[in-house]
Amino acid sequence: MRERLAVSRPVEASSGRTGSWRTFRPVVDREVCNACGLCALYCPEAVIDDDLEIDLAFCKGCGICANECPKKAIEMIREDR
Amino acid sequence: MTEIRKEEFILKCTSACAGCGGSLCLRYVLKAAGPDTVLVVPACCTSVIQGIYPATAVNIPVYNIAFAAAAACASGMSSAFRALGRKTNVIAYAGDGGTVDIGIQALSGAFERGTDFLYICYDNEAYGNTGMQRSGATPLGARTTTTPGGKPTTKKDLDRIVEAHDPPYMATACSAYPLDLYKKVKRALGIPGPKFIHILAPCPPGWRFPAEQTVEMGKLAVKSGMWVLYEREYGSLTISAPSKAAMRKPVPLEEYIRRQGRFRGITDAALTELRHQADLNLRRLTREAEGIC
Repeated sequence: MRERLAVSRPVEASSGRTGSWRTFRPVVDREVCNACGLCALYCPEAVIDDDLEIDLAFCKGCGICANECPKKAIEMIREDR
Repeated sequence: MTEIRKEEFILKCTSACAGCGGSLCLRYVLKAAGPDTVLVVPACCTSVIQGIYPATAVNIPVYNIAFAAAAACASGMSSAFRALGRKTNVIAYAGDGGTVDIGIQALSGAFERGTDFLYICYDNEAYGNTGMQRSGATPLGARTTTTPGGKPTTKKDLDRIVEAHDPPYMATACSAYPLDLYKKVKRALGIPGPKFIHILAPCPPGWRFPAEQTVEMGKLAVKSGMWVLYEREYGSLTISAPSKAAMRKPVPLEEYIRRQGRFRGITDAALTELRHQADLNLRRLTREAEGIC
């Protein structure tokens, strides 16, 4: 069927792999982390999953997770590229 | 605690700026609304962050429409769905420019007609995606690209305009309190008729603060009393828990103002006026909640 309207379809990476925007990379210290999940709650991009693994292909490195972490278990480390 | 839906309706990733408050709101609004939802989006950040045609990051139907037409379009859609006997949620999701300035006529019309829909205004207090021009929602003293010396006039009180339409449900929320926002969207969608939610969405590049402080800034807005969280259901007002806590132990307004580059060089007179307005607003809402007026 020919499309008569300009319709966009939902796909992953519609704006590219936004991880390349990042200047600082979040690194989680699993020893300190108590898995409260606040980082996943506040992540605007939903790149932190249920196991609190951060998807670095898409994480833009805003640092909200590190800022909101009550245990200060996330450190933002400069990307070397 | 509220059980939050695990499913995400925004695929990785939108093209929103890092640390976007609006993106955080959208995430929880869609989680609360669920898959049987249509979003009507006028020109605003959300129409940009979906991605590049022919791809989109939003995994539910979205109708992108002209600035002035969001509420009118949502009215038509809602009528069509109800005529077909479908319960699909129709949500108009507009920025502050598309609500307080350009879209206010359509908004007022839809509320007067009693359209069964939810209108959400996510407010970053300026025209964000075009590079931060002042809007009617920009607060007094805030610098934008079109008010380089600070805005000389006060923020338009949209909530009182909407209140005048006597909607069955209206609420304010803030991106820094996603669970509160989630509950309010759920509540709103369970009520028939026109509903309204006004969300404060701090904007790091526009308000000129570091991206990691988006949530912190939202919390400061509530704690300082600049933004009051409440809901009004069939005319009875309840002040939400974070704002109640803030009233008992408020954070000084300067704490919120000084952290933002847009308020740099604000005059003492403007600061006093901002504080006066925040107090007045809080006093009025408290009196209403207590049933005094």
